[in-house]
Order: sequence, then structure tokens, then C-alpha cells
Amino acid sequence: MDETATQSLDDFLQRVPYVRFLGMRTELAGDEMTAVLPFSRHLIGNPMLPALHGGVIGAFMELTALAQLALADPGRRVPKTIDITVEYLRSGRAQDTYARAILRKVGRRVANVQVEAWQDSRAQPIAGLTGHFLMRNEG
Amino acid sequence: MAPHADALGLTLVSIEKGRGAMSAPWREELVGDPETGVIASGVVTALIDHTCGLAINSAMGEMVPIATLDLRIDYLRPAAPKSGVTAEAHAYRLTRTVGFVRAEAWDADRNDLVATAQAAFMLNTRAQPLKG
Repeated sequence: MDETATQSLDDFLQRVPYVRFLGMRTELAGDEMTAVLPFSRHLIGNPMLPALHGGVIGAFMELTALAQLALADPGRRVPKTIDITVEYLRSGRAQDTYARAILRKVGRRVANVQVEAWQDSRAQPIAGLTGHFLMRNEG
Repeated sequence: MAPHADALGLTLVSIEKGRGAMSAPWREELVGDPETGVIASGVVTALIDHTCGLAINSAMGEMVPIATLDLRIDYLRPAAPKSGVTAEAHAYRLTRTVGFVRAEAWDADRNDLVATAQAAFMLNTRAQPLKG
């Protein structure tokens, strides 16, 4: 993984306050990025189950898409989210959550990204996201 | 109140049968674009999801366990810098098992939207909704 790309990812993670608010971080194995959302009480939506807030899972997957874009296309401003579709498959339990993004197309102006989130088993995802993102040139 | 709704500082704006509105006030730590100070779209996502649940609960007249099936959000424009966001959701159709909801979000003016959304929820889910 070249230095510019990892620097671009670090910039994104450190400079976006909302990333820190959720407590999200990433792990890199070569060019493969896994986003990690460590469990924290402030992420709970339903205290009875308890379950992660659906909005948290959606936001985490959106940030995973943006982080993957920062890695793939360094030196740009944070892309603007155009739209997202989130599908919830299983309830998010009170434990760590992981996500990986696939860049299905990164064009000059728009990117299409697919994200999947899981907890215990990657084969049993808890949610998926498809999003379109507006790519912005520096300045 | 859900801990995450507390953490975001969500406040109830209004509630009536089948409809609910809530606000997410702007805070530095909720910013998504550090260059502009605009609130993160993820906050809007969580606000809309939460407000949709509120609309369903108000439509059913009681707090029943629900689980989001899917949620589609169009971000029409960024909110104004350092501005909070308000969302209103309308649960316009409930079957025995599924609730359909539309939602809109704005920063300053109800007629100048920042996002629109469409969602479906499973109703009356038990302790482990939609488990594999």
C-alpha cells in the first residue's frame, strides 16, 4: 500500500469529528481495509435487546465507503454522499462490528460503493449498504 | 430513550397519530466535513431512522418492537454549516407485519429539504428481530 493512500485514509479518520464520535477505526492488510466499530454503550438503539441503533449501522457503513474511497483516491476532499440504500438483515448485538467496502465503480464525478457489515461471522452479515458518492476535486 | 438518541442529543419536536418529528442539534463532534462544519450525513441517517420508528409507534398507539428492513435516503443538499437538522416521518401504511414510512429532513426551512427517505419496518418483532 503506498504512503499517499494510507496518509489519505489517516487524514479522513482523524479529521472527521463524526468518525471519532462513533469510535470507528480501520485495519489494513495490504490494500484490503476492514473498518471496525468497537462496541460502546452510546451506540445502542434498543436497550431492551440490547441492539445497536439502526442509524449507527447505516452511518458506520457509509463511513466505511468514504474511508475506502479516501484510500483509493488520495488527495481529494471527502466525497459528498448522494444517496444510500441500507438493508438490515440481522439485529446488531452489543459487540464489535466490522465492515468492508467494494468500489464497484469510481468515475470522475461519481462512485458506486457496496458495503457489508458483520459481527460474529462474515458469512452472516448484519446489514448491507449501496451508496453513490459525488467525487470532489481539491479546492 | 435510546442511548444513541441521547448521545446525539435528539429532541422531540412533535408527535401525532402516524407522524413524528425530531431534531438533531449541531455539535462540533457531529461534523462530517471538517472544511465546512456541516453535520455528518450519518447523523441525518440516524435521525431519520429514529424518527421513522417514532412515526410507526405513534401509528400503532403503543411501543412495539420494530426492526428496520430497509432505508433509502437521498441527500438533496448538505445542511448549512453549523446547522442542526429536523426530520419528520409519516407512517402512511401499516399491515399486520410491515410498516411503510416516508421521511423528510431540513435544516432551517421546512420547504427547503436536505434529505428525503423511504423505509420499511417489520412490526412486532420479538427479542431477536430478523435473526438468521
